[in-house]
Amino acid sequence: MAIKKSTSERIGITVLAWVVAFVIFFPILWTFLTSFKSELDAIAMPPKFLFFNWTLENYADVQQRSNYLHYAFNSIVLSIGANLVGLLIAVPAAWSMAFAPGKRTKDLLMWMLSTKMMPAVGVLVPIYLLFKDLHLLDNLLGIGLVLLLLNLPLLIWMLYTYFKEIPNDILEAARMDGASLMNEIVYVLTPMAVPGIASTMLLAIILSWNEAFWTLNLTTSAAAPLTQFIASYSAPEGFFWAKLSAASTLAIAPILILGWFSQKQLVRGLTFGAVK
Amino acid sequence: MATQQTASAGRALVSPSVILLFIWMIVPLVMTLYFSTLRYSLLDPDNVSFVGLQNYTSFLSDPDFIAALINTLVLVASVLIISVCGGILVALLMDQPVFGQNVLRLMVIAPFFVMPTVSALVWKNLLMNPDSGFFAWIARSLGFQPIVWFTNWPMLSVIIVVSWEWLPFASLILLTALQSLDEEQKEAASLDGAGPLSYFGYIVLPHIARAITVVILIETIFLLSVFAEIYVTTSGGPGVATTNIPFLVYKQALLNFDVGSASAGGIIAVILANIVAIFLMRIIGRNLEG
Repeated sequence: MAIKKSTSERIGITVLAWVVAFVIFFPILWTFLTSFKSELDAIAMPPKFLFFNWTLENYADVQQRSNYLHYAFNSIVLSIGANLVGLLIAVPAAWSMAFAPGKRTKDLLMWMLSTKMMPAVGVLVPIYLLFKDLHLLDNLLGIGLVLLLLNLPLLIWMLYTYFKEIPNDILEAARMDGASLMNEIVYVLTPMAVPGIASTMLLAIILSWNEAFWTLNLTTSAAAPLTQFIASYSAPEGFFWAKLSAASTLAIAPILILGWFSQKQLVRGLTFGAVK
Repeated sequence: MATQQTASAGRALVSPSVILLFIWMIVPLVMTLYFSTLRYSLLDPDNVSFVGLQNYTSFLSDPDFIAALINTLVLVASVLIISVCGGILVALLMDQPVFGQNVLRLMVIAPFFVMPTVSALVWKNLLMNPDSGFFAWIARSLGFQPIVWFTNWPMLSVIIVVSWEWLPFASLILLTALQSLDEEQKEAASLDGAGPLSYFGYIVLPHIARAITVVILIETIFLLSVFAEIYVTTSGGPGVATTNIPFLVYKQALLNFDVGSASAGGIIAVILANIVAIFLMRIIGRNLEG
């Protein structure tokens, strides 16, 4: 800020900023700490902060009792697989809209965006019934397809805004040199677009990983990802906080790390370019 | 001509996405519309008959629907107020050059990446449990009776959890907007001797007004569909105290097997969301011109 501040004001603001950030972050930190406690320590009153018997037993338990790896595997396959296929469909579409826009390109983009505004609950019934008839309930292919389609508008939009930033002159030069459409995409456009594609992919993976309407409604166990795995802890028996914490830590750690890397893209992606 | 070729190739490249999205949204939507005019129960799937708008009249006159509509609006409005007002304050704070600014930013944005089922269960148990939860300990240390959150204040509890998930989003977007405030303007303001309040009111607020609108609209769209948090904590209860429209539709369709009525509810949800969407689309569309 340009307005000059005294040293004491500066210290005050620093302390305040740290307190606020700590309070916001606390539930995550607390989950992390609890995951290393015994179940008794987890519900101890007063709470034990750092001085308890640190144990890794919850992590072993979570795997043994509820087969964490099975769900984690599904989460990884779904969030990466669905979005890779999504990219294959979205990159050509975004490319052509950015570099060979037609009269209706803008309307098309807005229409794609509008599909994102449709509340899932409005199409839950027919999708559920169709999936039931097609045996796609609790099926990786089925839920993967849904995750792909959920993210497709976002993929196209983000890629479109990135491609828009690539100067058209370079592409024209390639065309003048007689590069075919395919060559243009593979050798000229793709290398310049890789950073944009990577950050688009990152955000898409995060969103798929955390998607919890369709994954809860369309999967039960065989194809269920981590959202469903955690939901199974909502009807607990006996002491379970430490195990819940271990399971939660395992479910959010990978995506938290990815998320921290993709902060900047997040803003662009989630606001469809309206805030950069 | 190259351009001719490019244009037709362009159409070929766009069409897979268009076809897929069309099938994904328009077809099920038309089916929902169709189902919403039928008496159709999965318990009695052979006995389907056309009933016109009867599902809508019964859904709309159902006291559960009125409750769910009010719950939905209360949830959306409360979370919006908390996350936007809180988000402005957090963003202003994070914009200050303080020690460890980058670490602070990571801590503040973190809740956004936590999957909804995890946030809800962690809050419900580790923090809000009236016997051994962290808040109960704070209350007791201060000499108060612990609050029995999800039993006595179910809606407030859900609001708190969902606000925690969305505050980081608002903060991050608003911070991004704040950072684009140019130095010259800041300096001009300080040369003119603007106090912090008038600086905020006349320079900062107008500058981030658009970002605030975007945050409100995007959050509204997501908040109208809150589901997982309710599913794993209260299951819509006690009674219908935390049943919102998505949860009510889910209950009608997958627990009561009433396809007709659930579809009518789905269509009502679509209409609600579209009212918001129209405004959002207008703002984003204006951005495309530039």
